Amino acid sequence: MPENAVYLKEVYFTYDGINMVLSNINLTIKKGEKVAIMGENGAGKTTLIKHFNGLLKPVKGEVRILGYDTRRTPVSTLARHVGIVFQNPDHQLFAESVEDEIAFALRNFGFPEEVVRKRTEWALNVMDLTRYRKTSPFLLSGGERKRVAIASVLSYNPEIIIFDEPTTGQDYFQKQKIAQLLKLLSLQNKTVIVVTHDVEFAVENFEKIIVMARGRIIAEGTPEDIFNDMKVLKTARLLPPQVTECAIKLKRYLPRIRTQVTKVEDLFSEIIKYC
Amino acid sequence: MIVARFRDFSFQYEGTSFWALKDISLDIREGEMILITGPSGCGKSTFCRALNGLIPHFYEGVYKGSVKILGKEVKDTPTYELARYVGMVFQNPENQLFASTVEREIIFGLENLNLPQNEIKERLNEALRLLGIEDLRKRAPFELSGGQQQKVAIASIIAMRPRILVMDEPTANLDPVSALEVFDLLIELRKKLNITILVVEHRLEVIAPLVDRIIVMNKGRIIADGEPRDALSRTDVFTIGVGIPKVIVLYRKLKRQGIKLDKIPLTPDELAVEVAKRCRKTQST
Repeated sequence: MPENAVYLKEVYFTYDGINMVLSNINLTIKKGEKVAIMGENGAGKTTLIKHFNGLLKPVKGEVRILGYDTRRTPVSTLARHVGIVFQNPDHQLFAESVEDEIAFALRNFGFPEEVVRKRTEWALNVMDLTRYRKTSPFLLSGGERKRVAIASVLSYNPEIIIFDEPTTGQDYFQKQKIAQLLKLLSLQNKTVIVVTHDVEFAVENFEKIIVMARGRIIAEGTPEDIFNDMKVLKTARLLPPQVTECAIKLKRYLPRIRTQVTKVEDLFSEIIKYC
Repeated sequence: MIVARFRDFSFQYEGTSFWALKDISLDIREGEMILITGPSGCGKSTFCRALNGLIPHFYEGVYKGSVKILGKEVKDTPTYELARYVGMVFQNPENQLFASTVEREIIFGLENLNLPQNEIKERLNEALRLLGIEDLRKRAPFELSGGQQQKVAIASIIAMRPRILVMDEPTANLDPVSALEVFDLLIELRKKLNITILVVEHRLEVIAPLVDRIIVMNKGRIIADGEPRDALSRTDVFTIGVGIPKVIVLYRKLKRQGIKLDKIPLTPDELAVEVAKRCRKTQST
């Protein structure tokens, strides 16, 4: 069995044959890893993840997903192993009720009706949607529709789960729930890949962050390292999390304060050392 | 001048068994910049729809009390008229944009208002200039970045010169720097046009320091309404789970430790200044 969930070697991609949207991407994500991909709008993040289920194929280079070469594997095969929850749920939702929406992929993959029912029930419950089961997805709020999109992917239990901006339109509690869900998926040894702009969410939930800018990977590392690298942040149009920014601003007054902090508790301990 | 007035307003969507909004009474004054926040399903979107008349003209249900925009009762005013006073910008600009060029996108709304050609041209140029997107006028909206698209969406609304601009998570899909640019732009617009701006947002870190007033909603009711420092430091606002900015979380934690800062901070700069002041005090005693 291959060790790597995702393996990309010198991958290039262009939509129009002229402008390279991805350039020389080398990336390995191990099975069971949980990583965040960050970077400015238009950096190529969504294009990159579309390579992970074979929706897009590289114009040059190699993409292997769980060992499958995506150029030689039908999307239908990859789709059972790789679930993607896209950024705009409206591109994904179409059924007349939330439960039909969630059951759709399961029925499509040919699961027996008994399994469809059980998995749908589970996904409704996990995403806190049970009370909306008979409701049309289009009557729900943006945040709720997003949760329906997540539930419909979780339901068929793929090994690699990719979320494109899962926290947009989610309130604090829902974000906490999504964070718990990511933890749960990790515990089940799923590979979890999350594209996000949400700096606060990323520092709280990931130990590894991949930063993209202009079609390239420009950095890979822990949140503490990434968010202290002003050059990387500037290139990728990211802002440091508020805690790190506080530490950086405090350094003017307290020169010995450690700025490699991303969590409230850590900054708190730093401050009480000097106050 | 009061531009919007809610009095004992409640609304329940057809086919649901709960009030989406319950007993809302408030005034919104001209030129205010207000943040509306609260957990999902708290009624924020319903509030926005009640302002521009989508409720009750498009969404059916039980409508109680009164909503007035510029003195006009919303339920008795047609949506095309309300659209002139209240402009809406949504979370996904791509759901809103459809024309082949940025210019066409902006002109569309103006033609719908039946304006003479020279006025359309004038407003088009003004909107492009205000948003700083003159260079994009001939580009296709779908080939622009998310941040640029959102600026185009705002321009197409601003061109219609609404008195109230309502934005439902306008920066949710933008990278942090683009989000900040959009907010800076809103502040500029308010200064130049004295327009009233209501922003629905969950990411409070960026926006809380920029607004005059924060309305926090929960389960269809308003639970806090006031100046940002007050609204966000209230214990009940903490417990309903809005994403309280980390500077305020830190402020509360320091306070529990006996380190009381003189002012509730809203930005890292303010926090740094307050902590430094406090440290000096400790060291000199």
